[in-house]
Order: sequence, then C-alpha cells, then structure tokens
Amino acid sequence: MSLELFLLLAAALFCVGLFGALTQQSIVMLMMGLELMLGGVILAAGTVWHYIAPATADGQVLIVVAVTAMALEMAIGFAVVTALFRSREIDMTDMAAEMKE
Amino acid sequence: MEVAVFWVLAVLAIVSGAMVFRFDSMARATFSLLTSLLCVGGLVVLLGLDYLGIVIVLMMTIEMAIMAVFMVMYMMNPAGLMPMTMMHNKKGAAVVCGLLFALLAAGILLAPWPGRRGRPPKDPTMDLGMSLMGPQMLTMMTLGMALFATIVATVLLATRRGRYDRLGDDLRARRPDDPVRGGVGR
Repeated sequence: MSLELFLLLAAALFCVGLFGALTQQSIVMLMMGLELMLGGVILAAGTVWHYIAPATADGQVLIVVAVTAMALEMAIGFAVVTALFRSREIDMTDMAAEMKE
Repeated sequence: MEVAVFWVLAVLAIVSGAMVFRFDSMARATFSLLTSLLCVGGLVVLLGLDYLGIVIVLMMTIEMAIMAVFMVMYMMNPAGLMPMTMMHNKKGAAVVCGLLFALLAAGILLAPWPGRRGRPPKDPTMDLGMSLMGPQMLTMMTLGMALFATIVATVLLATRRGRYDRLGDDLRARRPDDPVRGGVGR
C-alpha cells in the first residue's frame, strides 16, 4: 500500500460520486452522489495524515469537518426535499428548476 | 494481511459506490451506498485512525437507515420490481468525470510528494481532541454554529405552517389563524 494507491482510490470514489451528482434527476439520489464525493475527501484527508504529516492533527480535523458536512448536507437536503414536496409535490431536479423563473 | 484487507475494501468501495446509480431499487441503492461508506470507514481504520473510522461506520449506518426511510417515502419503486432510470446527460457527465479522474490520477502519480514528517502520536484520538480544543478551536466553533444553524433551518423548512400562515402576509392579524386554539387567551 502506498500514498498514491490510497489517493487514487479516493479520486475514483470522488469521480463516481460526481457522476451520480451530475446525472441523477432525483434530489435524494443526487445527495447520495454528494455523500460518495465526501467519502473520497475523507479518505484523501486520512491518507495525507498517515503518509505525510502524522505528527499534526490537521488531517484528522479535516475528516471531522467532512463528516460534519455529510451530516449537515443530508439534514438540509431532506428538509428542502420535504418543503419542495409539500409545496409542489415534486422530488426531481428537472421539475424544481422552474422555481428559479 | 493489511494489503489484502486494503484491496478487498477498495474494490468493494468502488463497486458498491458505482452500483448505487445502477440499481433499480431505492432500498438497494441506499444499502449499496452504506457498503461503500463502511469500506471508507474501514480504510480510515487501516490508516491508523481507529476513532474516526468507527465514528464514520456508526454515523453512516444511522444516516443510511434514515436515508432509506426518505427514499421509500419520496420515490417510486422502492423494491426494484420494475426497471427504472432517472438519469440525464449520462455521456456528458461520464466525459467530465473521466477527464477529472485522469487529471487527478496524473497529479497523484506525477506530484513530488514530500516524505513523512514526524511520527504518529501514541494516541491520535487524544491528539485530535487537544487540537480541536486548542489551535483548531475556531474550526470546532464554526462546526458548532453550522450544526446549530442546520437545526434551526431544518425545522423552519420542514414545518407545515409558518408565521405568515398564522398572522397573515403583513403579520398584523390580531389573532393567529391556528387550526386548534391554544395559549392564554383561548
């Protein structure tokens, strides 16, 4: 195992998540893509901590920030979906786009 | 042994991550994402961060359980009994993601990474705690405020009736229009 292998895995996870976030029409599925992307960020931060700067806790702090971002994204995302569904009965990004007009 | 565990977790993380967007069933997609994120937790443990790895495993298990409930609530075909596709612009997204991965991979393989500086502390968890309560206190305070703001925002977004429903558009109604009267003056 090496730094490059871990980072390649993190990049792959990030790109798979980005593909989901770009292609999914359902808001909930889009959120799943974002979760995968943040999973990649977590792995990259852990890798940098382990292989480059284990003496400082900065990599660990970045993981805490990413994990918190995951929780916040899910909570706010579901609240937005609930509000959207209640007002327009929609849960798809394409249908929500008309709201900007 | 560690190498074998790494490869098993790595392959499982990628495959289950990709399957999230291939399954026809919402429930299966949720559990596929859970598998992928549990593998990420396992890999973080493999990197020597036991506490954060376990936190990720526990948090993702609960988060995905909640997500499964919302998936079944809002989306069709929770059991995957019919084929279903909800994707748009697949080719464009595949090109963007392929190019991004190639760029990231080139950067990862070509960058002159610095050598390891220092040794990991005996107790990384203690190190994290001391950092969050010391030099990284501002990060901790920001996270705390963000969590608090999220609680307020989610309640406001999810509530059915707001103050304009109760007190009118100009908020000048003498009595709130509540379906059930309550309070001192009822």
